[in-house]
Amino acid sequence: MAKDFGIGAEAKRTEDIRYLTGAGSYTHDIDVHGQAYAVFVRSNMAHARIKSVGAAAAEGMPGVLAVFTGEDFKDVGGNPAGWFIGSRDGSPMKEPKRPVLAHGKVRHVGDAYAAVIAQTYMEAKDAAQAVADASEFEELPAIIDMAQALADSSNRVHDEIADNQCFDWGWIEDNRAKVDAAIKAAPHVTTLELVNNRLIPNAMEPRASIGEYNPGTGDYKLTTTSQNPHLTRLLVAAFVLGIPENKLQVVAPDVGGGFGSKIYHYGEEALVLAAAKKLKKPVKWVAERSESFLSDAHGRDHVTKIELACEKDGTFIAFRTETMANVGAYLSNFSTVTPTFLHGTLMAGPYKVPNVYVNVKTVFTNTAPVDAYRGAGRPEATYSLERVVDQMCRELGLDPFEVRRKNFITTDMFPYTTPAGLAYDVGNYHATLDKAMELADVAGFEARRKAAAAKGKLRGLGLSTWIEACGIAPSNLVGILGARVGLYDAATVRVNPTGNVSVMVGAHSHGQSHETVFAQIISDMFGIPMSSVDIVHGDTAKIPFGMGSYGSRSLAVCGQAMANAADKVIAKGKKIAAHMLEATEAEIVFSDGVFAVSGTNRSKTFGEIAFSAYVPHNYPLATLEPGLEETAFYDPANFTYPAGTYLCEVEVDAETGKVDVCNFTCADDFGNVMNPMVVRGQVHGGVVQGIGQALLEHGVYDENGQLLSGSYMDYTMPRADDVPFVTVDHSCITPCSHNKLGVKGCGEAGAIGSPPAVVNAVLDALNRGGHKIAHIDMPLTPSRVWSAMNA
Amino acid sequence: MTKVTMTVNGKSVSAETEGRTLLSSYLREGLGLTGTHIGCDTSQCGACVVHIDGMAVKSCSVFAQDVAGSKVTTIEGMANADGSLGVIQQAFQDHHGLQCGFCTPGMVMTSAALLANTPKPSEADVRHGLEGNICRCTGYHNIVKAVMAASGQDVAAVAAE
Repeated sequence: MAKDFGIGAEAKRTEDIRYLTGAGSYTHDIDVHGQAYAVFVRSNMAHARIKSVGAAAAEGMPGVLAVFTGEDFKDVGGNPAGWFIGSRDGSPMKEPKRPVLAHGKVRHVGDAYAAVIAQTYMEAKDAAQAVADASEFEELPAIIDMAQALADSSNRVHDEIADNQCFDWGWIEDNRAKVDAAIKAAPHVTTLELVNNRLIPNAMEPRASIGEYNPGTGDYKLTTTSQNPHLTRLLVAAFVLGIPENKLQVVAPDVGGGFGSKIYHYGEEALVLAAAKKLKKPVKWVAERSESFLSDAHGRDHVTKIELACEKDGTFIAFRTETMANVGAYLSNFSTVTPTFLHGTLMAGPYKVPNVYVNVKTVFTNTAPVDAYRGAGRPEATYSLERVVDQMCRELGLDPFEVRRKNFITTDMFPYTTPAGLAYDVGNYHATLDKAMELADVAGFEARRKAAAAKGKLRGLGLSTWIEACGIAPSNLVGILGARVGLYDAATVRVNPTGNVSVMVGAHSHGQSHETVFAQIISDMFGIPMSSVDIVHGDTAKIPFGMGSYGSRSLAVCGQAMANAADKVIAKGKKIAAHMLEATEAEIVFSDGVFAVSGTNRSKTFGEIAFSAYVPHNYPLATLEPGLEETAFYDPANFTYPAGTYLCEVEVDAETGKVDVCNFTCADDFGNVMNPMVVRGQVHGGVVQGIGQALLEHGVYDENGQLLSGSYMDYTMPRADDVPFVTVDHSCITPCSHNKLGVKGCGEAGAIGSPPAVVNAVLDALNRGGHKIAHIDMPLTPSRVWSAMNA
Repeated sequence: MTKVTMTVNGKSVSAETEGRTLLSSYLREGLGLTGTHIGCDTSQCGACVVHIDGMAVKSCSVFAQDVAGSKVTTIEGMANADGSLGVIQQAFQDHHGLQCGFCTPGMVMTSAALLANTPKPSEADVRHGLEGNICRCTGYHNIVKAVMAASGQDVAAVAAE
């Protein structure tokens, strides 16, 4: 029988009760006494010089308290990029200042250049419109296409950057000549040019922030939609506003999804704090969805040429990639690492390919900033690899399953250092491929294809074998690679006098189920009920420190910090028990919530030890402090490397080009699984985001820089009737070798592995149906598929 | 400003509103019922669905004044009288039909209306019925399962897992 608590149990989620009864507390739900409202005035032009801001138009309008413009913030610090990336020629990346409010120029539609504060939201909105109407601009040509941006120095997003290029990065530069030579000499080379389409994250809760200031103490408080409150505190306090960190509390309460878009510090957070101080009133801002479309950091947006050199039997010789990556108008906090170290280092995939080289040019354009979105660089890597491998198989008439088997790193080769610089610790790629083929009934595909053909449908089977690096990351390593932060995490385990436990964690849950899963681990380690454990997160005043949740790192990094802190609690408990039981510490064993003297019936329960720690009447006070609370910081020794195989079956309507996803099957190796129900849920969601990228979603700017897909009427979110049930398996397990929980991370896998599986399936269907088509760019809308079939 | 009175979750309530006040704002700001969420500004996402006289309606698509006198039910009115989760809410918890929880109130309200009209829905019925509610977390898999389970159907074999 399956366990119903502890590690590995399908425990139901404790956080569900408040969400299901309307008792969640998202930032928009929080009102602070006396609050005023902020509404931002945003550019409706992609690129323009600001001639004048019509702030005066708002003066005297009902309820208006203040208008802020870029002038008010021109002397404060800028919002920085979190990673420094150097160019191939040794020059530093170009790092233009990102202001709180645009000053001098507006650089994308939605760029905020003023903010109105008023007594009510409607009054602020009315006045913001008046400011917009009264503002004057000199419109400049919009810079949208990346290749043109690089080629035309007469038109610049940032006046000081002539070629609109942030950097030109090579990985690994020393391998460049060797890879070039290998490709030149190879018996076969397959080349594909691919667009990894711009996506708009669309967490269902729009961003929101409340700023507060106490003039009596000088304390600030920011309540905000963040995946990482300590990181936000650091950025706002130290870099942007110059507030001492100890005077700024950042609270991220219930947060309605993030997917990367709420990692970053945005100017709105600084504005509400500055306004609260100036007006001596709390100031609240809530984005409308239209603002989210225009101003949240977008994802992906790569244009890539990839070459695969191989033997005629499909043995890989080299991968060479040239990518242009759009960073938009300003550098968002992780925009420089996403297309580089989160992308280029994965370009060996799960394969024993000897030669890999990646070149990435990042380009400024008059579009919303682009940054990490679920998967962050790794979906782009996986898509390029899995598409070009499939195309090579088609060109050489090889079986795509067998080609992958032939090239997989085998279990006897670990630890395995790839030519892209990562050291994979464990894995079993053949196992997940076999499992996926079994679950998807690949053997029965031909019969299903014939049945589909009989009703006029083209059926195809698509394969993707993916790997990612997550559990980000060893601080000393990423420091060498340009990170400006450490990427450890922290947790405090506080055993209360009556034996229940409060755990303060640096990870932030905005859908990931930490309140349940982390409690399962503590419950298991301490032998106490889950109901005796509370997981506390999202408040810099409560938690010790934390780098937050992204990159599938929460369990592998913060979870391990928590487990280490819990180990310290147990170690101290043994000392207390030894004293109480008149034994030596070495004689004490702890299991199932009981400290016992080995080989005797003398014991103390976890609760008795906790009580004694706080009422230390019979306690070794001369050698041991009272209390039972421990903190651990954990810095991982390596990345973790989840991997798996995804299989997609589609039917294409030959008349219309419409694609239906019939079956989707995932076999993943996430290492040890703490809660299978939660892991399946993470994969379901990621896969559907990936199906969305492959078939539906596209952030489209026209040549003037207007966002054409700026609402749910134009940006096609996957809906319930667009997708099938998803078959998910995680029974192939190679536990991570360098964290004690043996966990790897599962949050992004679905979004990484699925787009190439879908696209490969569609191309398989079309080619089996007699259409010789090498590639169609995502999203594979009916229009694009039909056009390719009828070209 | 006009005083608007209606019955919400079985209680007669009133609040002063402007003519342009949407029902969603009336519920959230006028009555403090913040379980009804605002996820978009084009009546597309469905996070704000409530029942008006038994019908599922996006509360951002009607003015509060236009439903004066109606019976409105929100997510806060869906639990059993003793405070325990209602059948649909319980099915969402049992089948992990929610992650971040933001779309959940609208999902539950739409599902309740769907099941009132279609007591034993097929998978296709549920997917079609939820087409006006966007979820970014779950991929809909467990939501569809939860709704079918709430109707009393055995969903153990719905999808290989």
